[in-house]
Amino acid sequence: MLNASLQELASALADRRISSVELTRSVLDRIAAANPRTNAFVHVDGDGALAAAAAADARIAAGEAGPLTGIPLAHKDVFCTEGMPTTCASKMLANFVSPYDAHVVAQLKKAGTVLVGKTNMDEFAMGSSNENSHFGAARNPWDTSRVPGGSSGGSAAAVADGLIPIATGTDTGGSVRQPASFCGVTGIKPTYGVVSRYGMIAYASSLDQGGVLGRSAADCAPVLSAMAGFDPRDSTSLERPAEDFGRDLGKSIEGLKIGLPREYFGEGMDADVRAAVEAALDTYRSLGAVTVDIELPNSRLAIPAYYVIAPAEASSNLSRFDGVRYGHRAAEYADLAEMYCRSRAQGFGSEVKRRILIGTYVLSHGYYDAYYLQAQKLRRLIADDFRRAFGQCDVIAGPTAPTTAYALGAKCDDPVQMYLGDIYTVAINLAGLPALSLPAGFGDGGLPVGLQLIGDYFAEARLLNAAHRFQQATDWHLARPAGE
Amino acid sequence: MSLDIDQVKHVARLARIELGPGEAEDALAKLNGIFDLVEQMQAVDTSGVEPMSHPQELYQRLRDDVVTEADRRDAFQRVAPATEAGLYLVPRVIE
Repeated sequence: MLNASLQELASALADRRISSVELTRSVLDRIAAANPRTNAFVHVDGDGALAAAAAADARIAAGEAGPLTGIPLAHKDVFCTEGMPTTCASKMLANFVSPYDAHVVAQLKKAGTVLVGKTNMDEFAMGSSNENSHFGAARNPWDTSRVPGGSSGGSAAAVADGLIPIATGTDTGGSVRQPASFCGVTGIKPTYGVVSRYGMIAYASSLDQGGVLGRSAADCAPVLSAMAGFDPRDSTSLERPAEDFGRDLGKSIEGLKIGLPREYFGEGMDADVRAAVEAALDTYRSLGAVTVDIELPNSRLAIPAYYVIAPAEASSNLSRFDGVRYGHRAAEYADLAEMYCRSRAQGFGSEVKRRILIGTYVLSHGYYDAYYLQAQKLRRLIADDFRRAFGQCDVIAGPTAPTTAYALGAKCDDPVQMYLGDIYTVAINLAGLPALSLPAGFGDGGLPVGLQLIGDYFAEARLLNAAHRFQQATDWHLARPAGE
Repeated sequence: MSLDIDQVKHVARLARIELGPGEAEDALAKLNGIFDLVEQMQAVDTSGVEPMSHPQELYQRLRDDVVTEADRRDAFQRVAPATEAGLYLVPRVIE
């Protein structure tokens, strides 16, 4: 059962070959046995999960089940879950129990999924290795001396290690796709505005977007369909009708034009990543796709622009953590100002503080035009590059990350090196496009390599089918880490 | 450009983050590394480029001026560090 697809699980549930309670018990047993190895979960709610599973079984018995009814799932701990700890992996929120559900959480409850617990992440989703967590680093199940990627590292590790069939994530600069790549799972981040940000603790609001990580594109599709949709409580939620993102699954990709950006295949990519990506492109050609060379000339500006825009927005968003209404408050202080300063000093980890300081600086008097405004102009140039490219191709392909999973601690002391690992992912967030990472093979040391597929706005269904066709022709996504 | 230690301390004050002994120095080195990266932006001529604040060109939706939320003060204050009689407690700011 731990390796079954969502479709197989749904049909086993529908045929009463297994109950949701039995399935949930097996997931809880697996987590209890294997979570100490990866630290993928930061909170497990066994009783709540079994109660939700019993309710799902009743729905199934009553003939009221949907495709996700009774399926166990986990949320990244950035999503507010009513009555359950919601920590963002920060000391600041270590004792916070959310009084309400995020839109995504409510949608997936409505669909009948069984919430099993919350997954580890980089604090406030700031990081690319899941090492910036108040609850300790999550580890990569393929090699526990290595990082799972970040910031949705716990979700990726949990899915890869068979702890949970499907998990949510969020992606501000690559935080769904890069951990998916490092852990050998499939992860999709939709078009900005498709998934409501309500109850998703904000990092950089003009970039943040909810997504999903699963074993295959076919598993991700129904979950994304259930999560997505207009929500008036998010001012940037798009007023679009509900969509079945799985509607194209199985369609031929004969003649699909795949654009290969010159800038994504230059120096900087490790040889083992390149080999796996090139082999994956050969598979696409054998499936009838054609590849065309394209250019994204402003790619090199994406990281500098991102590391202005994201910290600027973060410094504003995180000003709400003042020790007054929720979150950590220092024990000792002389006055209000000292209460703020100490509570924030104690509650935030060093990477979060760094980004708040950068953001505060670039937004401070006299610097706005030189930094934030300039970054927003570069953002336009980057988005225009993609607009032109999609005139020549249907999807864009390349590596998700320049390397496979690196050793824990390898980049902790050098934030710039850590940031440069996002080189192929951040531009997509700046442009607001949908993209996914799918397992494309293995590099040195048997570590997974991800292939990134980028689509034009609202091309999620096409992207998922392109990934699905690849997964019908290959079995990289079925490979599992050896375990102990 | 690069920051100096006084600028780091000033920004930390603006951000309401207390820096412990040695923290400003450590932050300075790392922030300057990050600003070296960010400075690559300045070489680009962006005159005439319209800044992009959001991927979709959205305008703020308006809604009817009616109550949409129920009163959940107790639930929201349960997660507060200190409350009394429905109020949030903070150190005295006016003598």
